[in-house]
Amino acid sequence: MRIRPVGRHALLLDLAPAEATDPAGPSRRETDVAADVEAWRAELWRRRELGELSAVEIVPAAATVLLDGVPDPPATAARIATWTATALPADTVAAEPTATPGRLVEIPVTYNGDDLPRVADRWRTDVPGVVRRLRHTEFQVAFCGFAPGFGYLTGLPAELAVPRLATPRTRVPAGSVALAGRYAGIYPTASPGGWLLVGRTELTLFDTTADPPALLSPGTRVRLVDR
Amino acid sequence: MSGTVEVLRAGALTTVQDLGRPGWAHLGVPRSGALDPAALRLANRLVGNVEPAAGLEITLTGCELRPTRATTVAVVGAEADVRIGHRPGDTGRPLAVPGGAVLRIGPARRGLRCWLAVAGGIAVPQVLGSRSTDTLAGIGPAPLRDGDLLPLGTPTGPPAPVDVTVPGPLPTDLRLTVRLGPRHDWFTPAAVDLLLGTAYQVSPLSNRVGARLSGAPLPRAVAGELPSEGLVLGAVQVPADGQPLVFLADHPTTGGYPVIAVVDDVTPLAQARPGTTVRFHGPQR
Repeated sequence: MRIRPVGRHALLLDLAPAEATDPAGPSRRETDVAADVEAWRAELWRRRELGELSAVEIVPAAATVLLDGVPDPPATAARIATWTATALPADTVAAEPTATPGRLVEIPVTYNGDDLPRVADRWRTDVPGVVRRLRHTEFQVAFCGFAPGFGYLTGLPAELAVPRLATPRTRVPAGSVALAGRYAGIYPTASPGGWLLVGRTELTLFDTTADPPALLSPGTRVRLVDR
Repeated sequence: MSGTVEVLRAGALTTVQDLGRPGWAHLGVPRSGALDPAALRLANRLVGNVEPAAGLEITLTGCELRPTRATTVAVVGAEADVRIGHRPGDTGRPLAVPGGAVLRIGPARRGLRCWLAVAGGIAVPQVLGSRSTDTLAGIGPAPLRDGDLLPLGTPTGPPAPVDVTVPGPLPTDLRLTVRLGPRHDWFTPAAVDLLLGTAYQVSPLSNRVGARLSGAPLPRAVAGELPSEGLVLGAVQVPADGQPLVFLADHPTTGGYPVIAVVDDVTPLAQARPGTTVRFHGPQR
Protein backbone atom coordinates (compact mmCIF):
# COMPACT_ATOMS: atom_id res chain seq x y z
CA MET A 1 0.00 0.00 0.00
CA ARG A 2 1.21 3.44 -0.92
CA ILE A 3 -0.32 6.72 0.29
CA ARG A 4 -0.34 9.47 -2.32
CA PRO A 5 -0.92 13.13 -1.42
CA VAL A 6 -3.97 14.79 -3.03
CA GLY A 7 -4.00 18.56 -2.51
CA ARG A 8 -4.45 20.15 0.89
CA HIS A 9 -7.25 18.03 2.33
CA ALA A 10 -7.07 14.53 0.86
CA LEU A 11 -5.09 11.29 0.62
CA LEU A 12 -5.19 8.44 -1.86
CA LEU A 13 -4.47 4.90 -0.64
CA ASP A 14 -3.03 3.21 -3.70
CA LEU A 15 -3.41 -0.57 -3.47
CA ALA A 16 -2.17 -1.42 -6.94
CA PRO A 17 0.96 -3.60 -6.92
CA ALA A 18 4.09 -1.46 -7.21
CA GLU A 19 5.43 -3.47 -10.14
CA ALA A 20 3.52 -5.14 -12.93
CA THR A 21 5.72 -8.23 -12.71
CA ASP A 22 3.76 -10.72 -10.71
CA PRO A 23 4.33 -14.43 -11.26
CA ALA A 24 0.74 -15.15 -10.23
CA GLY A 25 -0.48 -13.45 -13.40
CA PRO A 26 -2.89 -10.59 -13.96
CA SER A 27 -6.12 -12.35 -12.96
CA ARG A 28 -4.89 -13.26 -9.52
CA ARG A 29 -3.51 -9.78 -9.00
CA GLU A 30 -6.72 -7.94 -9.94
CA THR A 31 -8.81 -10.09 -7.64
CA ASP A 32 -6.37 -9.39 -4.80
CA VAL A 33 -6.42 -5.65 -5.43
CA ALA A 34 -10.23 -5.57 -5.34
CA ALA A 35 -10.19 -7.54 -2.07
CA ASP A 36 -7.59 -5.14 -0.61
CA VAL A 37 -9.67 -2.12 -1.63
CA GLU A 38 -12.74 -3.60 0.06
CA ALA A 39 -10.75 -4.50 3.18
CA TRP A 40 -9.34 -0.96 3.46
CA ARG A 41 -12.71 0.64 2.75
CA ALA A 42 -14.29 -1.42 5.54
CA GLU A 43 -11.39 -0.74 7.92
CA LEU A 44 -11.39 3.04 7.28
CA TRP A 45 -15.18 3.13 7.64
CA ARG A 46 -14.86 1.30 10.96
CA ARG A 47 -12.11 3.62 12.21
CA ARG A 48 -14.22 6.63 11.28
CA GLU A 49 -17.22 5.20 13.19
CA LEU A 50 -14.93 4.74 16.21
CA GLY A 51 -13.74 8.34 15.94
CA GLU A 52 -10.17 7.30 15.14
CA LEU A 53 -10.30 8.81 11.66
CA SER A 54 -11.70 12.12 10.52
CA ALA A 55 -12.73 12.23 6.85
CA VAL A 56 -15.75 13.70 5.08
CA GLU A 57 -15.54 11.19 2.24
CA ILE A 58 -14.20 7.64 2.00
CA VAL A 59 -14.37 6.76 -1.69
CA PRO A 60 -13.24 3.32 -2.83
CA ALA A 61 -12.48 2.78 -6.52
CA ALA A 62 -10.83 0.14 -8.72
CA ALA A 63 -7.46 0.06 -6.98
CA THR A 64 -7.57 2.99 -4.54
CA VAL A 65 -9.43 4.44 -1.58
CA LEU A 66 -9.70 8.24 -1.47
CA LEU A 67 -10.02 10.05 1.84
CA ASP A 68 -11.27 13.60 1.33
CA GLY A 69 -11.97 16.31 3.88
CA VAL A 70 -9.10 15.18 6.09
CA PRO A 71 -7.99 17.85 8.60
CA ASP A 72 -4.25 17.01 8.65
CA PRO A 73 -3.33 14.72 5.75
CA PRO A 74 0.36 14.14 6.65
CA ALA A 75 -0.49 13.16 10.25
CA THR A 76 -3.39 11.01 9.06
CA ALA A 77 -1.15 9.30 6.49
CA ALA A 78 1.38 8.52 9.22
CA ARG A 79 -1.34 6.94 11.36
CA ILE A 80 -2.83 4.93 8.52
CA ALA A 81 0.63 3.54 7.76
CA THR A 82 0.54 1.81 11.17
CA TRP A 83 -2.89 0.24 10.52
CA THR A 84 -3.61 -3.01 8.75
CA ALA A 85 -6.65 -4.18 6.85
CA THR A 86 -7.09 -7.87 6.30
CA ALA A 87 -8.64 -8.92 3.04
CA LEU A 88 -10.87 -11.95 3.09
CA PRO A 89 -9.18 -14.55 0.91
CA ALA A 90 -10.57 -14.34 -2.59
CA ASP A 91 -13.21 -16.95 -3.54
CA THR A 92 -13.66 -18.24 -0.01
CA VAL A 93 -16.27 -17.60 2.60
CA ALA A 94 -14.58 -16.90 5.90
CA ALA A 95 -16.16 -18.52 8.96
CA GLU A 96 -15.14 -15.59 11.10
CA PRO A 97 -14.86 -12.60 8.83
CA THR A 98 -12.45 -9.90 9.98
CA ALA A 99 -14.56 -7.16 8.48
CA THR A 100 -18.36 -7.09 8.61
CA PRO A 101 -19.48 -8.72 5.37
CA GLY A 102 -21.77 -6.53 3.29
CA ARG A 103 -25.52 -7.08 3.36
CA LEU A 104 -26.86 -9.29 0.59
CA VAL A 105 -29.26 -7.81 -1.97
CA GLU A 106 -31.13 -10.03 -4.43
CA ILE A 107 -31.99 -8.28 -7.66
CA PRO A 108 -34.66 -9.90 -9.84
CA VAL A 109 -33.42 -9.74 -13.43
CA THR A 110 -35.14 -10.53 -16.72
CA TYR A 111 -32.30 -11.83 -18.85
CA ASN A 112 -33.26 -10.34 -22.22
CA GLY A 113 -30.39 -7.98 -23.02
CA ASP A 114 -29.54 -7.25 -26.65
CA ASP A 115 -25.88 -8.13 -26.14
CA LEU A 116 -26.36 -11.63 -24.64
CA PRO A 117 -25.22 -13.33 -27.89
CA ARG A 118 -22.13 -11.13 -28.02
CA VAL A 119 -21.26 -12.02 -24.39
CA ALA A 120 -21.93 -15.71 -25.12
CA ASP A 121 -19.50 -15.52 -28.05
CA ARG A 122 -16.87 -13.93 -25.87
CA TRP A 123 -17.37 -16.47 -23.09
CA ARG A 124 -17.38 -19.39 -25.56
CA THR A 125 -20.80 -20.56 -24.42
CA ASP A 126 -24.42 -20.00 -25.42
CA VAL A 127 -26.97 -17.52 -24.06
CA PRO A 128 -28.33 -19.95 -21.41
CA GLY A 129 -24.70 -20.51 -20.37
CA VAL A 130 -24.22 -16.76 -19.81
CA VAL A 131 -27.45 -16.50 -17.83
CA ARG A 132 -26.50 -19.50 -15.70
CA ARG A 133 -23.13 -17.97 -14.93
CA LEU A 134 -24.58 -14.58 -13.97
CA ARG A 135 -27.31 -16.17 -11.88
CA HIS A 136 -24.84 -18.23 -9.89
CA THR A 137 -22.21 -15.56 -9.30
CA GLU A 138 -22.11 -13.75 -6.00
CA PHE A 139 -21.15 -10.20 -6.83
CA GLN A 140 -19.95 -7.46 -4.52
CA VAL A 141 -20.13 -3.69 -5.02
CA ALA A 142 -16.49 -2.65 -5.34
CA PHE A 143 -17.26 1.03 -5.72
CA CYS A 144 -19.81 3.49 -7.08
CA GLY A 145 -19.32 6.09 -9.78
CA PHE A 146 -20.42 7.20 -13.23
CA ALA A 147 -23.87 8.11 -11.84
CA PRO A 148 -25.41 8.19 -8.34
CA GLY A 149 -26.15 4.62 -7.29
CA PHE A 150 -24.21 2.97 -10.13
CA GLY A 151 -22.24 0.18 -8.49
CA TYR A 152 -19.26 -1.54 -10.11
CA LEU A 153 -19.87 -5.21 -9.27
CA THR A 154 -16.94 -7.59 -9.02
CA GLY A 155 -17.24 -11.36 -8.88
CA LEU A 156 -16.63 -12.48 -12.44
CA PRO A 157 -13.18 -13.94 -13.10
CA ALA A 158 -10.78 -11.84 -15.17
CA GLU A 159 -10.94 -14.25 -18.12
CA LEU A 160 -14.62 -13.37 -18.59
CA ALA A 161 -13.87 -9.66 -19.07
CA VAL A 162 -15.72 -8.18 -22.05
CA PRO A 163 -14.89 -5.06 -24.05
CA ARG A 164 -17.23 -2.06 -24.19
CA LEU A 165 -19.12 -1.29 -27.37
CA ALA A 166 -16.94 0.59 -29.84
CA THR A 167 -19.81 3.05 -30.29
CA PRO A 168 -21.79 3.59 -27.08
CA ARG A 169 -25.59 3.56 -27.26
CA THR A 170 -27.09 7.04 -27.00
CA ARG A 171 -29.67 5.78 -24.52
CA VAL A 172 -29.57 2.82 -22.18
CA PRO A 173 -32.83 2.41 -20.20
CA ALA A 174 -32.89 2.62 -16.40
CA GLY A 175 -32.56 -0.81 -14.78
CA SER A 176 -30.39 -2.23 -17.55
CA VAL A 177 -28.02 -4.91 -16.27
CA ALA A 178 -24.76 -4.77 -18.20
CA LEU A 179 -21.15 -5.91 -18.37
CA ALA A 180 -17.90 -4.11 -19.19
CA GLY A 181 -14.35 -5.15 -18.45
CA ARG A 182 -14.52 -7.45 -15.46
CA TYR A 183 -17.43 -5.53 -13.93
CA ALA A 184 -21.18 -5.93 -13.95
CA GLY A 185 -23.36 -2.87 -13.36
CA ILE A 186 -26.96 -1.69 -13.35
CA TYR A 187 -27.92 1.68 -14.84
CA PRO A 188 -29.88 3.57 -12.11
CA THR A 189 -31.22 6.09 -14.64
CA ALA A 190 -31.44 6.18 -18.42
CA SER A 191 -28.19 7.47 -19.88
CA PRO A 192 -25.81 6.96 -22.79
CA GLY A 193 -23.66 3.89 -22.24
CA GLY A 194 -21.22 1.49 -23.82
CA TRP A 195 -21.66 -1.54 -21.54
CA LEU A 196 -22.98 -4.81 -22.97
CA LEU A 197 -26.65 -5.29 -22.03
CA VAL A 198 -27.61 -8.68 -20.56
CA GLY A 199 -30.89 -7.97 -18.79
CA ARG A 200 -33.21 -5.65 -17.01
CA THR A 201 -34.53 -5.12 -13.48
CA GLU A 202 -37.59 -3.25 -12.27
CA LEU A 203 -35.96 -2.34 -8.96
CA THR A 204 -35.21 1.28 -8.18
CA LEU A 205 -31.46 1.57 -7.73
CA PHE A 206 -31.29 5.13 -6.46
CA ASP A 207 -33.96 7.07 -4.59
CA THR A 208 -33.02 10.31 -2.84
CA THR A 209 -35.95 9.91 -0.42
CA ALA A 210 -34.88 6.42 0.70
CA ASP A 211 -32.47 5.68 3.54
CA PRO A 212 -29.95 4.66 2.35
CA PRO A 213 -30.56 6.34 -1.03
CA ALA A 214 -28.58 3.75 -2.99
CA LEU A 215 -29.65 0.10 -3.09
CA LEU A 216 -26.03 -0.78 -3.87
CA SER A 217 -23.27 0.78 -1.79
CA PRO A 218 -19.62 -0.28 -1.54
CA GLY A 219 -19.35 -3.68 0.16
CA THR A 220 -22.94 -4.77 -0.63
CA ARG A 221 -23.14 -8.38 -1.88
CA VAL A 222 -25.41 -8.86 -4.86
CA ARG A 223 -27.18 -11.76 -6.55
CA LEU A 224 -28.79 -11.29 -9.95
CA VAL A 225 -31.65 -13.76 -9.49
CA ASP A 226 -34.22 -14.81 -12.08
CA ARG A 227 -37.32 -12.70 -12.20
CA MET B 1 -43.71 35.25 7.31
CA SER B 2 -42.41 33.27 4.37
CA GLY B 3 -43.65 34.05 0.85
CA THR B 4 -42.35 33.25 -2.58
CA VAL B 5 -40.18 34.69 -5.31
CA GLU B 6 -41.47 34.69 -8.86
CA VAL B 7 -38.86 34.16 -11.56
CA LEU B 8 -39.64 36.66 -14.33
CA ARG B 9 -36.48 36.02 -16.34
CA ALA B 10 -34.25 33.10 -15.35
CA GLY B 11 -31.28 34.09 -17.52
CA ALA B 12 -28.71 31.74 -19.05
CA LEU B 13 -28.14 29.62 -15.95
CA THR B 14 -29.51 30.47 -12.53
CA THR B 15 -29.49 27.68 -9.96
CA VAL B 16 -30.35 27.23 -6.31
CA GLN B 17 -27.15 26.65 -4.34
CA ASP B 18 -26.19 26.20 -0.73
CA LEU B 19 -22.99 24.65 0.59
CA GLY B 20 -23.62 21.37 -1.24
CA ARG B 21 -24.07 17.75 -0.22
CA PRO B 22 -20.72 16.41 1.02
CA GLY B 23 -20.56 12.88 2.40
CA TRP B 24 -22.19 10.97 -0.48
CA ALA B 25 -19.25 10.62 -2.88
CA HIS B 26 -19.02 6.88 -2.14
CA LEU B 27 -22.47 6.51 -3.76
CA GLY B 28 -21.45 8.55 -6.80
CA VAL B 29 -23.20 11.75 -5.66
CA PRO B 30 -21.22 14.93 -6.46
CA ARG B 31 -20.59 17.55 -3.78
CA SER B 32 -22.23 20.41 -5.72
CA GLY B 33 -22.88 23.72 -3.88
CA ALA B 34 -22.00 27.35 -4.63
CA LEU B 35 -18.85 27.68 -6.74
CA ASP B 36 -17.72 30.47 -4.36
CA PRO B 37 -18.99 29.39 -0.94
CA ALA B 38 -17.46 32.46 0.77
CA ALA B 39 -19.52 34.76 -1.47
CA LEU B 40 -22.74 32.90 -0.67
CA ARG B 41 -21.93 32.94 3.06
CA LEU B 42 -21.34 36.70 2.93
CA ALA B 43 -24.60 37.30 1.05
CA ASN B 44 -26.43 35.24 3.68
CA ARG B 45 -24.84 37.15 6.57
CA LEU B 46 -25.81 40.44 4.94
CA VAL B 47 -29.52 39.52 4.91
CA GLY B 48 -29.49 37.99 8.41
CA ASN B 49 -29.53 34.33 7.31
CA VAL B 50 -27.45 31.51 8.66
CA GLU B 51 -24.43 31.09 6.39
CA PRO B 52 -25.43 27.72 4.86
CA ALA B 53 -28.87 28.99 3.70
CA ALA B 54 -29.71 28.41 0.05
CA GLY B 55 -29.48 31.32 -2.38
CA LEU B 56 -29.26 31.71 -6.14
CA GLU B 57 -26.14 31.40 -8.27
CA ILE B 58 -26.64 33.69 -11.27
CA THR B 59 -24.45 33.22 -14.36
CA LEU B 60 -23.35 36.02 -16.71
CA THR B 61 -26.66 37.24 -18.15
CA GLY B 62 -28.37 38.16 -14.88
CA CYS B 63 -32.02 37.53 -14.01
CA GLU B 64 -35.26 39.20 -12.90
CA LEU B 65 -37.22 38.22 -9.82
CA ARG B 66 -40.32 39.45 -8.00
CA PRO B 67 -40.76 38.64 -4.30
CA THR B 68 -44.41 38.47 -3.29
CA ARG B 69 -43.77 40.20 0.02
CA ALA B 70 -41.29 42.74 1.34
CA THR B 71 -37.91 41.20 1.96
CA THR B 72 -34.18 41.87 2.17
CA VAL B 73 -31.72 40.65 -0.45
CA ALA B 74 -27.97 40.87 -1.04
CA VAL B 75 -25.94 40.24 -4.20
CA VAL B 76 -22.26 39.27 -3.91
CA GLY B 77 -19.79 38.30 -6.63
CA ALA B 78 -19.45 39.62 -10.17
CA GLU B 79 -19.75 43.32 -10.95
CA ALA B 80 -23.33 43.88 -12.11
CA ASP B 81 -26.09 46.49 -12.01
CA VAL B 82 -28.79 45.80 -9.46
CA ARG B 83 -32.14 47.56 -9.65
CA ILE B 84 -35.19 47.40 -7.40
CA GLY B 85 -38.04 48.70 -9.49
CA HIS B 86 -36.53 51.87 -10.98
CA ARG B 87 -34.22 52.42 -8.03
CA PRO B 88 -30.54 51.47 -8.42
CA GLY B 89 -29.09 49.18 -5.75
CA ASP B 90 -25.59 47.99 -4.97
CA THR B 91 -23.89 44.68 -4.72
CA GLY B 92 -22.30 43.72 -1.41
CA ARG B 93 -24.86 45.18 1.00
CA PRO B 94 -28.39 44.44 2.23
CA LEU B 95 -31.14 45.85 0.01
CA ALA B 96 -34.79 46.23 1.03
CA VAL B 97 -37.20 45.03 -1.67
CA PRO B 98 -40.88 46.02 -1.31
CA GLY B 99 -43.42 43.25 -1.89
CA GLY B 100 -44.24 42.98 -5.60
CA ALA B 101 -41.26 45.09 -6.71
CA VAL B 102 -39.09 43.73 -9.54
CA LEU B 103 -35.50 42.93 -8.63
CA ARG B 104 -33.21 43.03 -11.67
CA ILE B 105 -29.68 41.68 -11.56
CA GLY B 106 -28.01 42.89 -14.76
CA PRO B 107 -25.47 41.07 -16.90
CA ALA B 108 -22.07 40.72 -15.26
CA ARG B 109 -19.79 43.57 -16.36
CA ARG B 110 -16.73 41.91 -14.85
CA GLY B 111 -16.56 38.38 -13.55
CA LEU B 112 -19.10 35.70 -14.32
CA ARG B 113 -21.30 34.75 -11.37
CA CYS B 114 -23.27 36.43 -8.57
CA TRP B 115 -24.80 34.89 -5.48
CA LEU B 116 -28.13 36.27 -4.32
CA ALA B 117 -29.32 35.72 -0.76
CA VAL B 118 -32.92 36.40 0.26
CA ALA B 119 -33.98 36.78 3.90
CA GLY B 120 -35.20 33.36 5.06
CA GLY B 121 -33.35 31.55 2.28
CA ILE B 122 -34.72 29.75 -0.78
CA ALA B 123 -36.81 26.99 0.81
CA VAL B 124 -37.04 24.36 -1.93
CA PRO B 125 -37.03 20.83 -0.45
CA GLN B 126 -33.69 19.40 0.65
CA VAL B 127 -32.38 16.45 -1.33
CA LEU B 128 -29.75 14.40 0.53
CA GLY B 129 -29.27 17.26 2.97
CA SER B 130 -28.87 20.05 0.42
CA ARG B 131 -30.98 22.32 -1.79
CA SER B 132 -28.24 22.66 -4.41
CA THR B 133 -28.82 22.01 -8.10
CA ASP B 134 -26.35 19.41 -9.28
CA THR B 135 -25.88 19.98 -13.01
CA LEU B 136 -23.93 16.73 -13.51
CA ALA B 137 -26.10 14.13 -11.77
CA GLY B 138 -29.40 16.02 -11.94
CA ILE B 139 -29.99 15.92 -8.18
CA GLY B 140 -31.80 18.83 -6.52
CA PRO B 141 -34.04 21.41 -8.18
CA ALA B 142 -33.77 21.95 -11.94
CA PRO B 143 -32.09 25.18 -13.10
CA LEU B 144 -34.59 28.07 -12.89
CA ARG B 145 -37.03 28.66 -15.72
CA ASP B 146 -39.13 31.74 -16.45
CA GLY B 147 -42.31 31.58 -14.39
CA ASP B 148 -40.94 29.39 -11.58
CA LEU B 149 -42.14 30.18 -8.07
CA LEU B 150 -39.53 29.70 -5.35
CA PRO B 151 -40.65 29.28 -1.75
CA LEU B 152 -38.91 31.42 0.86
CA GLY B 153 -38.10 30.37 4.41
CA THR B 154 -38.87 32.34 7.53
CA PRO B 155 -36.31 35.11 8.19
CA THR B 156 -34.19 34.19 11.19
CA GLY B 157 -32.40 37.44 11.97
CA PRO B 158 -32.15 41.12 11.09
CA PRO B 159 -30.05 42.27 8.13
CA ALA B 160 -26.42 43.01 8.96
CA PRO B 161 -25.90 46.67 9.89
CA VAL B 162 -23.39 47.37 7.11
CA ASP B 163 -23.44 49.94 4.33
CA VAL B 164 -20.76 48.43 2.17
CA THR B 165 -18.45 45.41 1.93
CA VAL B 166 -15.19 45.16 0.03
CA PRO B 167 -15.79 43.29 -3.23
CA GLY B 168 -13.54 40.38 -4.01
CA PRO B 169 -10.99 40.74 -6.80
CA LEU B 170 -12.08 39.92 -10.36
CA PRO B 171 -8.74 39.51 -12.13
CA THR B 172 -8.39 38.73 -15.82
CA ASP B 173 -5.18 36.83 -15.04
CA LEU B 174 -5.36 34.11 -12.40
CA ARG B 175 -2.47 32.62 -10.48
CA LEU B 176 -3.50 29.36 -8.87
CA THR B 177 -1.40 27.45 -6.36
CA VAL B 178 -1.22 23.72 -7.08
CA ARG B 179 0.27 20.73 -5.30
CA LEU B 180 1.56 17.96 -7.53
CA GLY B 181 -0.04 14.55 -7.34
CA PRO B 182 -1.59 12.11 -6.96
CA ARG B 183 -0.56 11.00 -10.50
CA HIS B 184 2.18 13.40 -11.62
CA ASP B 185 4.33 10.28 -12.07
CA TRP B 186 2.14 9.43 -15.08
CA PHE B 187 3.55 12.50 -16.85
CA THR B 188 6.97 13.41 -18.19
CA PRO B 189 9.09 15.94 -16.25
CA ALA B 190 8.50 18.27 -19.21
CA ALA B 191 4.75 18.09 -18.54
CA VAL B 192 5.24 19.37 -15.00
CA ASP B 193 7.44 22.20 -16.35
CA LEU B 194 4.76 23.09 -18.91
CA LEU B 195 2.01 23.06 -16.29
CA LEU B 196 3.95 25.33 -13.95
CA GLY B 197 5.70 27.44 -16.58
CA THR B 198 3.20 28.26 -19.32
CA ALA B 199 -0.09 30.15 -19.44
CA TYR B 200 -3.44 28.46 -20.11
CA GLN B 201 -6.71 30.03 -21.25
CA VAL B 202 -10.14 29.22 -19.85
CA SER B 203 -12.13 27.52 -22.61
CA PRO B 204 -15.77 28.40 -23.46
CA LEU B 205 -16.65 24.74 -22.69
CA SER B 206 -16.18 25.40 -18.96
CA ASN B 207 -19.14 24.95 -16.63
CA ARG B 208 -19.97 24.03 -13.03
CA VAL B 209 -18.36 20.61 -13.52
CA GLY B 210 -14.98 21.97 -14.45
CA ALA B 211 -12.91 24.77 -15.92
CA ARG B 212 -11.52 23.42 -19.19
CA LEU B 213 -8.23 24.99 -20.16
CA SER B 214 -6.41 25.28 -23.44
CA GLY B 215 -2.69 25.68 -23.88
CA ALA B 216 0.37 23.45 -24.07
CA PRO B 217 -0.72 19.78 -24.02
CA LEU B 218 0.81 17.82 -21.14
CA PRO B 219 2.73 14.76 -22.38
CA ARG B 220 2.25 11.45 -20.58
CA ALA B 221 5.07 9.19 -19.43
CA VAL B 222 2.71 6.26 -18.84
CA ALA B 223 0.39 5.23 -21.66
CA GLY B 224 -2.88 3.41 -21.18
CA GLU B 225 -5.88 3.82 -18.95
CA LEU B 226 -5.83 4.58 -15.26
CA PRO B 227 -8.35 2.47 -13.34
CA SER B 228 -11.11 4.81 -12.09
CA GLU B 229 -10.24 6.56 -8.84
CA GLY B 230 -11.80 9.12 -6.52
CA LEU B 231 -11.63 12.80 -7.45
CA VAL B 232 -11.45 15.94 -5.32
CA LEU B 233 -12.46 19.57 -5.84
CA GLY B 234 -9.63 21.30 -7.70
CA ALA B 235 -8.18 18.15 -9.24
CA VAL B 236 -6.32 19.00 -12.46
CA GLN B 237 -7.26 16.07 -14.67
CA VAL B 238 -5.57 15.51 -18.00
CA PRO B 239 -7.72 13.71 -20.60
CA ALA B 240 -6.34 12.04 -23.72
CA ASP B 241 -5.88 15.34 -25.61
CA GLY B 242 -3.45 16.56 -22.92
CA GLN B 243 -5.45 19.74 -22.17
CA PRO B 244 -5.92 20.13 -18.41
CA LEU B 245 -9.31 20.52 -16.77
CA VAL B 246 -9.80 21.80 -13.21
CA PHE B 247 -12.74 20.16 -11.45
CA LEU B 248 -15.29 22.44 -9.77
CA ALA B 249 -18.26 21.73 -7.47
CA ASP B 250 -20.30 19.45 -9.77
CA HIS B 251 -17.31 17.20 -10.60
CA PRO B 252 -17.83 13.45 -11.00
CA THR B 253 -16.87 11.44 -7.92
CA THR B 254 -14.50 9.13 -9.81
CA GLY B 255 -12.56 9.41 -13.05
CA GLY B 256 -10.20 7.43 -15.22
CA TYR B 257 -7.77 10.08 -16.42
CA PRO B 258 -4.70 10.87 -14.34
CA VAL B 259 -4.73 13.90 -12.03
CA ILE B 260 -1.38 15.70 -12.32
CA ALA B 261 -1.99 18.20 -9.51
CA VAL B 262 -4.65 19.71 -7.24
CA VAL B 263 -5.48 23.43 -7.03
CA ASP B 264 -5.49 24.78 -3.45
CA ASP B 265 -8.36 27.22 -3.95
CA VAL B 266 -10.65 26.98 -6.99
CA THR B 267 -12.96 29.87 -6.07
CA PRO B 268 -11.22 32.40 -8.42
CA LEU B 269 -12.26 30.13 -11.31
CA ALA B 270 -15.92 30.81 -10.44
CA GLN B 271 -15.43 34.29 -11.93
CA ALA B 272 -13.17 33.28 -14.84
CA ARG B 273 -14.75 34.08 -18.20
CA PRO B 274 -13.65 32.19 -21.28
CA GLY B 275 -10.30 33.57 -22.40
CA THR B 276 -9.12 34.33 -18.86
CA THR B 277 -5.42 33.51 -18.46
CA VAL B 278 -4.56 30.92 -15.81
CA ARG B 279 -1.05 30.32 -14.50
CA PHE B 280 -0.23 27.55 -12.04
CA HIS B 281 2.52 27.71 -9.49
CA GLY B 282 3.74 25.32 -6.83
CA PRO B 283 3.36 26.05 -3.13
CA GLN B 284 5.91 28.56 -1.76
CA ARG B 285 8.37 26.95 0.56
